[in-house]
Amino acid sequence: MAAFFGSLPGAIAQGIIWGIMAIGVYITYKVLDLADLTVDGSLATGGAVFVVLSTSGVNMYLALLAALVSGCLAGLATGILHTAFGIPAILAGILTQLSLYSINLRIMDKNANIGISFRNYDLMITLSNINKSLLVGACFAVVIIAILYWFFGTQIGSSIRATGCNAAMARANGINTNLNKIIGLVISNGIVALSGALLTQWQGFADINMGRGAIVIGLAAVIIGEVIFGKLFRNFALRLLSAVIGGVIYYIVMTFVIQLGLDANDLKLFSAVVVAIFLGIPYWKSKLNFKGKSAKGGAANA
Amino acid sequence: MLELKGIYKTFNPGTINEKKALNGIDLVLNDGDFVTVIGGNGAGKSTVLNMITGVFPVDRGSIVVDGVDVTRLPEHKRAKYFGRVFQDPMTGTAANMEIIENLAIASKRGEHRTLRFGVSKKEKEQYRELLKKLDLGLEDRLTSKVGLLSGGQRQALTLLMATLKKPKLLLLDEHTAALDPKTSAKVLALSDKIISENKLTAMMVTHNMHDAITYGNRLIMMHEGTIILDISGEEKKKLTVEALLQKFETISGTKFANDRALLT
Repeated sequence: MAAFFGSLPGAIAQGIIWGIMAIGVYITYKVLDLADLTVDGSLATGGAVFVVLSTSGVNMYLALLAALVSGCLAGLATGILHTAFGIPAILAGILTQLSLYSINLRIMDKNANIGISFRNYDLMITLSNINKSLLVGACFAVVIIAILYWFFGTQIGSSIRATGCNAAMARANGINTNLNKIIGLVISNGIVALSGALLTQWQGFADINMGRGAIVIGLAAVIIGEVIFGKLFRNFALRLLSAVIGGVIYYIVMTFVIQLGLDANDLKLFSAVVVAIFLGIPYWKSKLNFKGKSAKGGAANA
Repeated sequence: MLELKGIYKTFNPGTINEKKALNGIDLVLNDGDFVTVIGGNGAGKSTVLNMITGVFPVDRGSIVVDGVDVTRLPEHKRAKYFGRVFQDPMTGTAANMEIIENLAIASKRGEHRTLRFGVSKKEKEQYRELLKKLDLGLEDRLTSKVGLLSGGQRQALTLLMATLKKPKLLLLDEHTAALDPKTSAKVLALSDKIISENKLTAMMVTHNMHDAITYGNRLIMMHEGTIILDISGEEKKKLTVEALLQKFETISGTKFANDRALLT
């Protein structure tokens, strides 16, 4: 148990980084009602761009900005495949994700893994300084939430929310739903790539496979946040915050089950099962409710 | 005002599900016309509205609004000319968004959207006043999610949204068909009031012959994708359901068939 509490701060810091990634997933999955699989690729793109630029002497913050822009471009590609080519969103995301594997290898000059050590670089977030990492991670999360809260309250932001909620209504009110989907995908993947750059600093390297299964972790964070805070948090900013907290809880649980003796190699299987169950709960609930109601109705009519 | 010239539309051409929906529609609406559209199953009533608003492209023909050819414009660009209320109360509003957010979105129909705040204080008061006029108690629920409203309330709200920014043409597509008779009558009366107060040009598809005769200054009857009857002025005022049915049978040579037609 002492080992568990000892590893808690690290788990929280890592959870915040993935929670930022979950904010990106929230925008596509919840606001736009699209399942975007681009993120598995764009997370690694963000990491790759950051590590290559930083190690070649570019300013850390500029490298971070470049990572964000690279993610935006990935989202743009998926958006164009989805709207201009008429490809279903899931498939469009898979296509971009696949192509990003090659692109990421090119960015990293055919290296599957590039290190960036805290000994040689002044990293913002790093395993070697967990207290600082917690603070910096929290600042990033708060600033991103604040900007998104402002943006989705504007006329353009509202029109994006309307697009995700009811596309027919949006078009009837003169909203270009295709353009809005592209904007949403661009913002989402920009945030995901940014979190990829933070993750790279945290773990001290960028890896071609670092984004594998990212969508599942992002979804897990969003869903955990929703299940726990859904009734409590109505405000949009708080809902984004609940996704970040969901990410933190996810990593605390993961740390706990590893301490309990779960093989680290089985973690992805474990995550997938957890997400499947949480996604299934609302469906089962509605089925049970329906049965309950019809049974009651039958009794009343009898 | 609105000019439809030789509109043709076939759905699923070349398949066993091929359906000739419109067979050469020619129609000119004048400013201030309130036209009711009636017809049997599959007559093409809703298809005409969907062609006008650009939900589907036309196969042939042209659509001109106020001198502007909109035939090739995408749906969202045409939206600036049209206010729309749909048959399904779910279609016209965004359920997860607040009443006031829905209104704010509708108020920008056809305008450029910016990074200003979605709803200003001034607009809030204006919306409160407008909602009060609906007499549904919605003025006290500005920040309620639209999904919590009843079907009738949602249609009334959609009607308000469709006319918040005065449309060149208001299109009502069987917008009371999904409501119970009492609510339906209320929404219909409200539609009529809004149309006459704002002097709107409007087209209302209905399955209720009585309503089609009572409301508006002009009545169009459709059959198999064409307009078979176009009555206005004094002649329309004198119209009865029996006379209308008789005319239909004489012209089309068939009985009037509409699953939902209310003949009384």
